[in-house]
Amino acid sequence: MSLPPRTLGSRSIFPYLFGGLFLFLVADSWRRAEVNPGIFFEAEGREHLWRFVTGMYPPELSWEFLELMVRPTLETIQISVMGTLIAVLIGFPLGLLATSTFSFQGLLHESEYRGTGVRHGLKVGLYGLARGLLSLFRCIPEFVWAFMFVRAVGLGPFPGVLAIGVAYGGMLGKVYSEIFESVNTRPLEAIQSTGAGRLQIFFYGWFPQVLPNITSYTMYRWECAVRTSAILGLVGAGGIGQQIEISIRMFNFHEVTTLLLILFALVAGADYVSAKVRSLL
Amino acid sequence: MNQAVTTTDELAALKAGARERSRWSTYVLLGLLGALFVWSYQGSEIDLGMLFSADGGGAIVEYVERLFPPDLSGKVVADAVAGAWETLAISLIGTLLSVVIALSLAFFGSRNLVYAGLLYEMEPRRHRVLLRRLPYLTAKAILNFLRTIPEMLWALVFVFLVGLGPFPGVLALGVHTGGVLGKLFAEVLEDVDLQPVESLQSTGAGKIQILFYGILPQVLPQFISYTLYRWEVNIRVAAVLGFVGAGGLGQRIHITLSLFLEQQLLTLLLALYVLVTGVDYLSAYLRRRVV
Repeated sequence: MSLPPRTLGSRSIFPYLFGGLFLFLVADSWRRAEVNPGIFFEAEGREHLWRFVTGMYPPELSWEFLELMVRPTLETIQISVMGTLIAVLIGFPLGLLATSTFSFQGLLHESEYRGTGVRHGLKVGLYGLARGLLSLFRCIPEFVWAFMFVRAVGLGPFPGVLAIGVAYGGMLGKVYSEIFESVNTRPLEAIQSTGAGRLQIFFYGWFPQVLPNITSYTMYRWECAVRTSAILGLVGAGGIGQQIEISIRMFNFHEVTTLLLILFALVAGADYVSAKVRSLL
Repeated sequence: MNQAVTTTDELAALKAGARERSRWSTYVLLGLLGALFVWSYQGSEIDLGMLFSADGGGAIVEYVERLFPPDLSGKVVADAVAGAWETLAISLIGTLLSVVIALSLAFFGSRNLVYAGLLYEMEPRRHRVLLRRLPYLTAKAILNFLRTIPEMLWALVFVFLVGLGPFPGVLALGVHTGGVLGKLFAEVLEDVDLQPVESLQSTGAGKIQILFYGILPQVLPQFISYTLYRWEVNIRVAAVLGFVGAGGLGQRIHITLSLFLEQQLLTLLLALYVLVTGVDYLSAYLRRRVV
């Protein structure tokens, strides 16, 4: 392809090139994704849609059903709490190691006379290992983790906890390390100048600075964890998701409505609690 | 606390009181948190012993060993690439659909465009304001509804409605992300800088003209930026929608997981990694270029 000569001064060919590529990609994707809006207007699609929409109302509010749903609902909350706790336990130490100003350079290390290269290399190696682990945990979706953990430890809420813990551990670790990197070093220097050791610098200079930020981000992730734990049940990892899937597969759409209402309430509740906690910070 | 404090003693006493109170509330909070953890620990049937016992731990190690080496034979790689393309296609069309949904609702979902503020201060009759609230509330309600139901559930619903394949995935992404983007767009529209709008109005421009010349140029970069961000999210989601039968890499991952084809699974996960990282870079590049 021959590019047009750039005689028009500052005008770039980028918009045209990009526009063409974009249109091509969209056309190709349209075909690949088998987009077929007509399906809603065919008899079968219409019938399914009608059955679904009319089936949703009224919501199933019989006492037996609600009573059966109490346990999965609570389980969803429990999974999200434990999953987030494990995520913090994974993310915090790995996030620390994955912070260059903590692991091998910057204030905490500058007073150290350059020891043997081996020791420095070991620190950098740990840093790289932590980064690699975090990115591995993060790049495999929660669903795949959940599926693998169902394999390893069986059905139930436990694999859901582990899946959220590992996947969110990766995300938390990355964000934690970003927060750690952006710590203001001046208070640390002030503490150092009083002769404080590294641990003291860490607890009195570093930790108080990062605590509000990491708490706030952790709360946000917990909100996401409530949503996620509600759907991890689709692969057999407990909670309300398992019930939703059963109800959809059995075409009990009025039960689906109830479950969606419960999900609304859970998510709104988590939003409220998390906003409350963040306002306390 | 606004009361006048006269002596330093009083001040010290007040401070001590506040400290005492905050300490108590800290203890109470920590206690509640502890109780929450214990309750959750019991309810979620955690069995760490199993994870670290020779049996459970051994099973995991064995599983990881079986993943290696990835199956890089031509057929598997071609399948992985096809899956990655399909996932990319789902995320792209899904995001486009979501932009269409968001744009058609966001303008009704922002107060300053529908009934309040500068554009309507010359409005003579108050009862029309009430009438105008109706589209606002409707748009907000629809956006909330679309947003609250997770993509996976939408996918389940659409698989039921239109059958297996990538199309239900597109619809699920589009509908959920439409709700998310609609909310974000409406917030951007509400935060619009009023000065250009006011100066346009003073030249006698109509509402449509104000929209096109005063508001859209301001919000467009943010719209694009949010859309690109959601695209990054969607590529990850599109990769797992296949678990409920909505095509793409997820469907292949689900199959290899179910059939114990661990080496092919690793190939697919590698493809997923390349795809996600590539989209992240592309999106960051576009954001720098366009915004």
